[in-house]
Amino acid sequence: MVHVREMPDHLRDALINQELPEYGDTPWVTPKPLNECRVALISTAGLHRREDPPFTPGAGDYRIIPDEYDMDALIMSHVSTNFDRSGFYQDVNTSFPIDRLRELADEGVIGSVAGRHFSFMGATPPTVMEPVARDLAKVLKADNVDAVALVPV
Amino acid sequence: MGGLAHYLEEEGIPTTQIALIRKHAEEIKPPRALAVPFELGRPLGAPNEPEFQRRVLRTCLELLARDSGPVLEDFLDNAPGADVDQDGWACPVNFAAPMDDISDQDLIRQSLEQEIALLRPWYEESKQTRKGRTNFGISGQTPEDIAAYLAEVVIAREDAKSPIAGTPPHLAFKHMADDIRYFYMEAAIARPDGQVTDLEIGNWLWGETTLGKVLVTIRDWAMETEEKGFKALAITAIVPTHQRHRTIHG
Repeated sequence: MVHVREMPDHLRDALINQELPEYGDTPWVTPKPLNECRVALISTAGLHRREDPPFTPGAGDYRIIPDEYDMDALIMSHVSTNFDRSGFYQDVNTSFPIDRLRELADEGVIGSVAGRHFSFMGATPPTVMEPVARDLAKVLKADNVDAVALVPV
Repeated sequence: MGGLAHYLEEEGIPTTQIALIRKHAEEIKPPRALAVPFELGRPLGAPNEPEFQRRVLRTCLELLARDSGPVLEDFLDNAPGADVDQDGWACPVNFAAPMDDISDQDLIRQSLEQEIALLRPWYEESKQTRKGRTNFGISGQTPEDIAAYLAEVVIAREDAKSPIAGTPPHLAFKHMADDIRYFYMEAAIARPDGQVTDLEIGNWLWGETTLGKVLVTIRDWAMETEEKGFKALAITAIVPTHQRHRTIHG
């Protein structure tokens, strides 16, 4: 495995010690009880429907993944060459745990699964994503989403 | 990832997240994060391990029930299979040694086409075992189209014409280079015995195939070109970190 701890020292340092943007105080919203929450997934794996345009370097936009879409047809066009893809090839849930989320809804751990999920491409500077992310919050509210699970890659 | 959490939560949406690099979550301080000890690319740990994946996701979601934050908690269990000795993998196809002389466009194309022909049955086999799932298809081009374009880029460099209408050459190259790598990689994991790792597939693709040699050659050029598109891709978007020792510039 190319685990972070197995990378060559200088490359690991460059990844872990990269300069990060400042975000200020941590915001906090108290959600509904978990078993009443309608939950959406937001991935940064550069995932999209097969018919959607691929992500391009520096893209701050997102793709919509409708919950009824055939998740086995999702495609990953993240531009980074530096993470494992063999896990995703074998099982979409390795990086987009949609079946697990549905199971947790069936078990009553969460209230329900949202009608739409979303994917960004994580190699993008967060400042480029900011206006898009703030606008996405409105979309999530309109979709009656109570909480989101953010999944990196 | 932590940045998205800040923005969404500030706008009133409660968030929880998985963190693959703990130090980033420590610094960014998103409202709720579960630090996991998994490989990059595998935030849920491992493929085809539904029980384990469910435990990761459930633990992450249960952070939403905390009274105050920021919450940064550790998921302590390693991914299933992560500690296993994994010397068992071998590509289903044995290639001849990759091309040594990368200077003739027709010969490069032919060598790539030969690799594609040898891999195609394994690609199809691999796809079938996953009920038709494949990550090939980003560029909309066939493997043979891609072979022809890569051979052109190696020789013609910035003068190569984009075969995808409306897409500049460097982006056409990026989408096609990724696509053909995924074709090779999916073929390479066709054999269900033995777990394969990103590094093993990488060592094979970049060390033992003409495709690897072609992409390294393009990267060596892209590092020195003044052509802006390819220049922007050169450092990180062509050759993975663990294979950069094969390039001139590292």
